[in-house]
Amino acid sequence: MADPVLSIRDLTVEIPTRYGILRPVSGVSYDIAAGEILGVVGESGAGKSMAGNAVIGLLSPPAHIAAGEIHVRGTRVDQLTGDAMRRLRGKEIGMVFQDPLTSLNPLLRIGDQLTETMLAHLDISRAEAERRAVAALEEVGIPGAAERVGSYPHEFSGGMRQRVVIALALCAEPSLIIADEPTTALDVSVQAQIIALLKKLCRERGTAVMLITHDMGVIAEAADRVAVMYAGQLAELGPVRDVLTAPRHPYTHGLMGSTPLASRGKDRLHQIPGAMPRLDALPDGCAFHPRCPRAHDRCRVSPGPRIEDGGGRAACLFPMVEEAVA
Amino acid sequence: MALVDIRNLTRIFDVSKPWLNRVVERREKSYLTAVSDVSFEIAERTVYALVGESGSGKSTIGKMLVGLLGPSSGAVEIRGTDLARETDAAKVDAVRRDIQMIFQDPFASLNPRWRVRDIIVEPVAARGGDTSGMAERLLEQVGLSAKDAGKFPHEFSGGQRQRICIARALASEPKLIVCDEPTSALDVSVQAQVLNLMSDLKDEFGLTYLFISHDLTVVQHMADRIGVLYLGRLVEEAGPDELFDDPKHPYTQMLLAAAPQLDSFGREVPPPTGEIPDPINPPKGCAFHPRCPLAADVCSQTRPEMRDIRGARVACHMAG
Ligand SMILES: Nc1ncnc2c1ncn2[C@@H]1O[C@H](COP(=O)(O)OP(=O)(O)OP(=O)(O)O)[C@@H](O)[C@H]1O
Ligand SMILES: Nc1ncnc2c1ncn2[C@@H]1O[C@H](COP(=O)(O)OP(=O)(O)O)[C@@H](O)[C@H]1O
Ligand code: SF4
Ligand code: SF4
Ligand SMILES: [Mg+2]
Ligand SMILES: [Mg+2]
Repeated sequence: MADPVLSIRDLTVEIPTRYGILRPVSGVSYDIAAGEILGVVGESGAGKSMAGNAVIGLLSPPAHIAAGEIHVRGTRVDQLTGDAMRRLRGKEIGMVFQDPLTSLNPLLRIGDQLTETMLAHLDISRAEAERRAVAALEEVGIPGAAERVGSYPHEFSGGMRQRVVIALALCAEPSLIIADEPTTALDVSVQAQIIALLKKLCRERGTAVMLITHDMGVIAEAADRVAVMYAGQLAELGPVRDVLTAPRHPYTHGLMGSTPLASRGKDRLHQIPGAMPRLDALPDGCAFHPRCPRAHDRCRVSPGPRIEDGGGRAACLFPMVEEAVA
Repeated sequence: MALVDIRNLTRIFDVSKPWLNRVVERREKSYLTAVSDVSFEIAERTVYALVGESGSGKSTIGKMLVGLLGPSSGAVEIRGTDLARETDAAKVDAVRRDIQMIFQDPFASLNPRWRVRDIIVEPVAARGGDTSGMAERLLEQVGLSAKDAGKFPHEFSGGQRQRICIARALASEPKLIVCDEPTSALDVSVQAQVLNLMSDLKDEFGLTYLFISHDLTVVQHMADRIGVLYLGRLVEEAGPDELFDDPKHPYTQMLLAAAPQLDSFGREVPPPTGEIPDPINPPKGCAFHPRCPLAADVCSQTRPEMRDIRGARVACHMAG
């Protein structure tokens, strides 16, 4: 198999505080291949965005990478600083965030934003960049692209703006896209349009996509593989169908059971008792043990095994096998 | 008799620019019709859900139901009393007391400087009612502990705060609770806890809910009857099984097809086309006609009436 586009190994992010060191991301490893969509799911605060921000060098101090390595197309990037990181971000990594306005300059026409981005990262003429800007907007489905290059961000609806952001993220032809909750603020019909667009671009251009979301339905529909995060750690990693239909980690199992589903009718939803622990109050052993119906004495002292690529699928001492979701 | 009877309810907002700008720019006044001629009934002890995309008028209907907004025309009757027109103050008061509302953002709706006890009993205390031991009892009923009464809102997680909001709503022993996206800000595992709690309380206290949500799976799980809104218009109403198995309005069909499902692995369906139109200048006739695959000439001329079709009410010329 070809080298992955993104490779994260034992990534740990730390935030020093007055009360001690917090670890929003702890020992996380995963790869994303060219043309693959990796879905990253988990409850809010699980560390999904922190892991994504670490890859693009956008951790806000005092948060920093304390251990581990990140490679993009074979180049180690976790030690890059300042300019080198900025160049890589535009060239190799495109970003799409929940709020499209954070990625767009309100004072610049969208055509100029696209053109400038391409000129900064690609060896092409201005005329060529302007031609490609129109093509990029056409590709993401902006009607009348040739006229709309002259419009400002506020002249578009939320869904249209997110398309413009995707065009901007893709225009320098990056090999990796990090999309952090790209459809969370959008209506379902617009969400379906954006997801279809991401899948098409990934397939046609072989871009690797990290799709961060808390919506299991979006993951099922879009992702090839899924990484489930809990309290800063990777709980489960595997092909999307396997993980969602036959989860091995009790947390994934509980998560799937608590999602309303037509086939479950009006029966009570499965409840995971309690809530995800705060980072300053992580339990010893397996972080999930206070909520886990399978917890044994060993779980209270020893954390589950870490997930390595090619190793087990769940970071659990007593993983579930062949137990259908209730 | 239905507990709630909503008839031809319409709400228009004046969204004109200030007078001077209008004169200088030679603009007319502009009006936004947030809710247009909506009629439905809610039977006692049932859950009626309103679904629709952002801006479809769900919250505006909810606010008119609890009396936070007045209708521009049409009426909301609760057990035969029209809150906007009833002149007997005592009667209005009695009906008001029967209705409570729960909002999406459980933090914004709790006063951060008040203790939980005072937040919960406030609606009752304001009327001079007896509140001794009330907060403690209600906290236990919603799955928190009596000890929590002395704490402040910031000491609770999102799901716990929503439980506090529910406890406050229960304090006045309401008949009807309008729940506006009560779990949209919560993670699924916490959402499951809150939805289960709401179902339990409904059975225990004989409550009726107007349940507002944009999440189709949640609505399918909770509702006895579902109304689908598009651009302020009720386009279809049906029970959950009929609506999800046999959607009759082209917009409902589009919405159901677009919603991602847990078993839709690698699904490739053409996504919906077009966008929701500008509510200030909605399309003539059927508001959905510019996006509708079935649209005929009549659709751009005449607004379709609600018709009964196989257990559903549908506003579409072509549905059958
Ligand atoms: N006070 C107001 N003044 C002017 N327009 C308003 C006002 N309140 C609501 N609207 C408009 O009325 C329409 C319906 O709004 P409403 O809040 O009821 O939608 P909703 O279905 O609850 O949407 P969401 O899912 O985003 O909460 C929207 O176009 C909105 O912009
Ligand atoms: N500047 C900060 N100081 C302290 N904790 C932080 C800071 N930023 C984020 N965190 C914590 O890091 C954890 C992971 O956050 P995040 O990656 O944003 O979660 P997710 O994207 O999965 O919702 C959370 O517990 C969050 O509260
Ligand atoms: S390691 Fe133990 S406590 Fe943790 S998830 Fe597995 S069984 Fe549960
Ligand atoms: S009335 Fe016409 S345009 Fe409207 S939904 Fe029905 S077929 Fe489509
Ligand atoms: Mg996040
Ligand atoms: Mg609303």
